[in-house]
Amino acid sequence: MEQILTAVTAIIAAVGGTMILFWLLNQATERLPTSWEQRLKPYVFIGPALVALGVLLVWPAVRTIWLSLFGPNAQEFVGLDNYVSLVTDARMVTSLVNTALWVLVVPAIAVLVGLIVALLADRLKPRLESLTKSIIFMPMAISLVAAGTIFMFLYAWRPEGMEQIGLLNAIWTALGGEPQTWLQISDLRLNSVLLMLILVWMQAGFAMVLLSAAIKNVPQDTIEAARVDGASEPQIFLRVIIPQIATTIMVVLTTITIFVLKTFDVVWVTTGGRFATETLPVTFIRELITVRDQGQAAAVVVVILLATIPVMIYNVRRYRQQEAT
Amino acid sequence: MSTAASRSRTQQPASSSPVGARGGRRARGSLGRLAVNALLVVLCLLWLVPTVGVLISSFRPAEEVTSSGWWTALTSPLEVTEWTLANYGEVLEVGMGTAFLNSLVVAVPATIIPILAAAFAAYAFSWMRFPGRDLLFTLVVMLLVVPVQVAFVPLLRMFVGAGIEGSFLSVWLAHAAFGLPLATYLLRNYISSLPRELIESAKVDGASHFSLFWRLIIPLSTPALASFAIFQFLWTWNDFLIATVFLQPRVMTVELVQLVSAYGQDWHLLLSGAMLTMIVPLTVFFLLQPFFVRGMTSGSVKG
Repeated sequence: MEQILTAVTAIIAAVGGTMILFWLLNQATERLPTSWEQRLKPYVFIGPALVALGVLLVWPAVRTIWLSLFGPNAQEFVGLDNYVSLVTDARMVTSLVNTALWVLVVPAIAVLVGLIVALLADRLKPRLESLTKSIIFMPMAISLVAAGTIFMFLYAWRPEGMEQIGLLNAIWTALGGEPQTWLQISDLRLNSVLLMLILVWMQAGFAMVLLSAAIKNVPQDTIEAARVDGASEPQIFLRVIIPQIATTIMVVLTTITIFVLKTFDVVWVTTGGRFATETLPVTFIRELITVRDQGQAAAVVVVILLATIPVMIYNVRRYRQQEAT
Repeated sequence: MSTAASRSRTQQPASSSPVGARGGRRARGSLGRLAVNALLVVLCLLWLVPTVGVLISSFRPAEEVTSSGWWTALTSPLEVTEWTLANYGEVLEVGMGTAFLNSLVVAVPATIIPILAAAFAAYAFSWMRFPGRDLLFTLVVMLLVVPVQVAFVPLLRMFVGAGIEGSFLSVWLAHAAFGLPLATYLLRNYISSLPRELIESAKVDGASHFSLFWRLIIPLSTPALASFAIFQFLWTWNDFLIATVFLQPRVMTVELVQLVSAYGQDWHLLLSGAMLTMIVPLTVFFLLQPFFVRGMTSGSVKG
């Protein structure tokens, strides 16, 4: 009961505080001469957002780049040592390679599944279409931690002779195989691939929703025109539909790529990065929390930041184009 | 797939393909449709089965969960002794109950604070002229993809310096800042598309920006505000990263990970715990799905 009271108080205080802040700022500017009020008012409106972004995101990001040149507690300057260990330390190299694999595999498969469902469900009756979409989409709503737990159960292992409780091993043994500790098999990165499937499971719905909206926007007459010209259906799909949804495909690919670059929860909860499954965001948290080497953690996250820069440039270009039209 | 494609396209009323061609396609269509439906059913099963397995297991007695597959329970679903709520009771006692409240305390302010700040900013970016406007908004666009972890090390030091490390306040601040770029971006897209005459006429009537904002912009922007609110709420509720790095009290995701490391083989606890963390997001999802979908399409396609 006391807990609930504290919770309610905290919520009201936080929300009320924010409202009062805006009201006070507005009151303050209204007391100024009109010309000053006009000049300052925009900054009152964007002020709190900008201050929050500046103090809590932009400035810390800049500091992180600087701190990545220092030792564990930001005291001694170590130059590029933290970056050198990224390419010399075996575990870090594994992490780099794994991250590259995740970025190559997850967005591509998620888009493929999303595209297939978007295309095929489009042909169902409306009610069935929305049911199908809800099913594919549902995993997007739950936490990565819960998804990790769900799949750990799917991949669960019991010694030979005992009844298998994990679905994968049950099927595998029914087919005559020996029970496998799936998440410990790093040959051909099998365990990493099994973990990637969790993210595909979660992100395919996102791809499907956006691609489905884009496909429905393709003008029907462009398809009919191609058909009249004698194009086969695969040709229509490849030459008419795909070019018209290319931007959306790109947006989905980049969004999922960024998501993959940031996500550490799935690996963290399932293997903790052991058995050669570590990815860069996992390395970051391990260095930050377990190893307590802030300099090394900073260097890892700077590398992740660098990987996002192409997408950043692409987004800014697209935004500029849209503003120009 | 190709025959099915032609079939559905010809079914659409807007279609103008010759009648003869339509008949021909329909004949090939039924086989194609069967294949399409089969593929969709398989995909839906693949997507459903992992969750269904956990849902079923969470209601089975502890010793059953670890001694037989959950699918065996499907052969005799009406045997009442096979089902139990004990797992949920146990996992709530272990700490999930408190964690539920903590998740609420994190997620509600962490949703409302950035929305308010972003709505004000979005209004200014849309309907006010001031030096630096385009540059600042380009910065917002750039920040959309910045991995939030890049701020962690200095933020931790900053929060320690301010004496608020581990507190809810520090997590609200972090979530608010990390949610702001997307919120500002989405709301600005929406607010700038409101009809100009509406805003001009309100100004002519002598409304100040502040009252214009509260009386006109906020009510008109409800769909966009709702879409982002759902996103941000699910995001903060489901967050494990920020909670584990910045927050002392345990939220549900952190509690679940704690259970995994402390009771790794007690599947009955882990699975009922996982289901508990999913109740709120799934409820929000199923009740508000249209907003959710609209927010996603407007945020990414329109760009």
